[in-house]
Formats: sequence, C-alpha cells, structure tokens
Amino acid sequence: MMEASLEGFTPWAALAGGTLIGLAALLLLLCNGRIAGISGIMGGSLQPARGDLLWRVLFFFGLLTGGLVTLWWWPAALDIRIDVSTPAVILAGLLVGLGARIGSGCTSGHGVCGVGRLAPRSIVASAVFVSAAMLTVYVVRHLLGGI
Amino acid sequence: MLGLVGSFCSGLLFAIGLSIAGMTLPQKVLAFLDVTGDWDPSLALVMISSAGIYLVLHRLVLLRGQPLASPKFYMPTRRDIDAPLVVGAAMFGIGWGLVGLCPGPAVAALASWHEDALVFFVSMIAGMYAYGTLNVIGSHDPDGGASALDLLLGKR
Repeated sequence: MMEASLEGFTPWAALAGGTLIGLAALLLLLCNGRIAGISGIMGGSLQPARGDLLWRVLFFFGLLTGGLVTLWWWPAALDIRIDVSTPAVILAGLLVGLGARIGSGCTSGHGVCGVGRLAPRSIVASAVFVSAAMLTVYVVRHLLGGI
Repeated sequence: MLGLVGSFCSGLLFAIGLSIAGMTLPQKVLAFLDVTGDWDPSLALVMISSAGIYLVLHRLVLLRGQPLASPKFYMPTRRDIDAPLVVGAAMFGIGWGLVGLCPGPAVAALASWHEDALVFFVSMIAGMYAYGTLNVIGSHDPDGGASALDLLLGKR
C-alpha cells in the first residue's frame, strides 16, 4: 500500500497519471476504434443500439475495477471530501450528466481525446467547461462562502 | 473477444491513471478550479500529458486503417460550433465546479462508498438518461468533434 500524499501541487503524479489516461484512451482506439469519452460510452449504454452494449459495459466495469484497485493499493487517492450540501450534489450530478450529453462530451471525450485530435468543437467545449467550472468555484467559495 | 478485453483494460487503466493523477479526489480538482484561492495546477499537467500523448500516438493508430477488433474507426465528424455544444459544456462546467467530480472519477469514486459520491453518480446517470429519452437519435454519436488536422491534410 502506498502512503504518498496528494495534497498540494503534485507535478510528477499528475504527469504520470495523465500519461496513463492517454494510453488507456489509445488502447480503446486501437482495439475498438472508439473514442474514450466516458459520458458518451455510459450514455450510449442506457439506451443502447443493437450489438453496441457489451463493450460499453465492460469499459464501465474496467473503470469500477480500477477504483477498487485504487482503494486497495492507494486508499489516499480515494479519501474523498465533498463540502457542499446534498441538494447541491444532486444538482451537480444532473448538470454533469445532462450537460455532458447535450454538449457531446466531457473531460475525457472533449478534454483528452478531442483536444488530443485538435478538434475545434472539443477545444471550444473544453474552454467553456473549464471557464464555467472556475467561475462556479469562485462564486460558491468566494462570493457565497459555500452552498 | 479482444475488443471486449481491450475495452475492460482501457477502463481499468483509465481509472488507475485518474487515481495516480489525484483526479479521483474532488477536493484536488476544485483546488485547480479555484484560481483565486490556494491554486493547485496539477490538473493542467494531467490535461497536457493525457492529450499530448494522445495527439502524438493516435495518428499512428489511425494509420493502421482498421482497429484490431472492430471493422472501422468510429470517429466524430461534426465541425459546427452550435448552441447545444456551448450550452451543454457550460452546464457540465457548472456541475463540475459545484462538486469537483466528472463522469470518469465519479465511476472510480464508487469504490470509496462515500455517500455524496454515490448520490452524485445516481444523479449523473439520471441526467444522462433524461438526455437519451429526449434525444435518442443523437445519443450514439461519438463524443467530441472532427479533427482540424484531417481538414488540413485534405481528409473529410
């Protein structure tokens, strides 16, 4: 079990983890010819087309298994703190799920694969969601003092 | 079979990458988004390294012409910057900024059994399901958009 902390700026862990994320997305492209967009993969499994379900479900269980491996091998990486109220958590989940589908992707489909393919749509979407998220944090933390 | 194993392994590696990068911790994501607070630039390095390695190597993968276990590459083809793209991204960003979880970390975080992370996951699925119910036709498009590089190289 690793004890290393993830507090503060962790450049080497960020670069190593990011590289692994990129390689994971490349593996899906190489084997399945698919974009590793997690909201698209999950959303597409909720109302699946014929013959288009199993790879999505297996990707999902891979993610889940990765979470379990983390819990066993590096529990500090799952020492989650969420400070907002439960209604805010529900609103956030709805916005993330619905927004990612309306906007054709999330941090993985647009942020990693789309920006990595230099796709104009993805570069615009990533700039919009990072800006909106920064603005939200500013309003919640510094103007409202928490919700 | 290879396609299914590859799909599982991709998800597994993706989640392990997220956790090594610290992106399974919403407090660390929010520390990046909080530019006027005690700023933690880690997430910027995660974006640069993940998109960077994808940028270099995905062209090599596409040179194969066909994936290992699938008849073709399912690439996004849209190039238009339309209202749903911008409005959806803004909604996503507001939700992401409220809690610090996005879809990948939200799944990996289920392993923690943290109550708020479970509530977030269920709400996120409800949001995705609502979209699929309202707009079944669009819901099978791959995420993202067409590559500008293809345009420059004269491909569609």
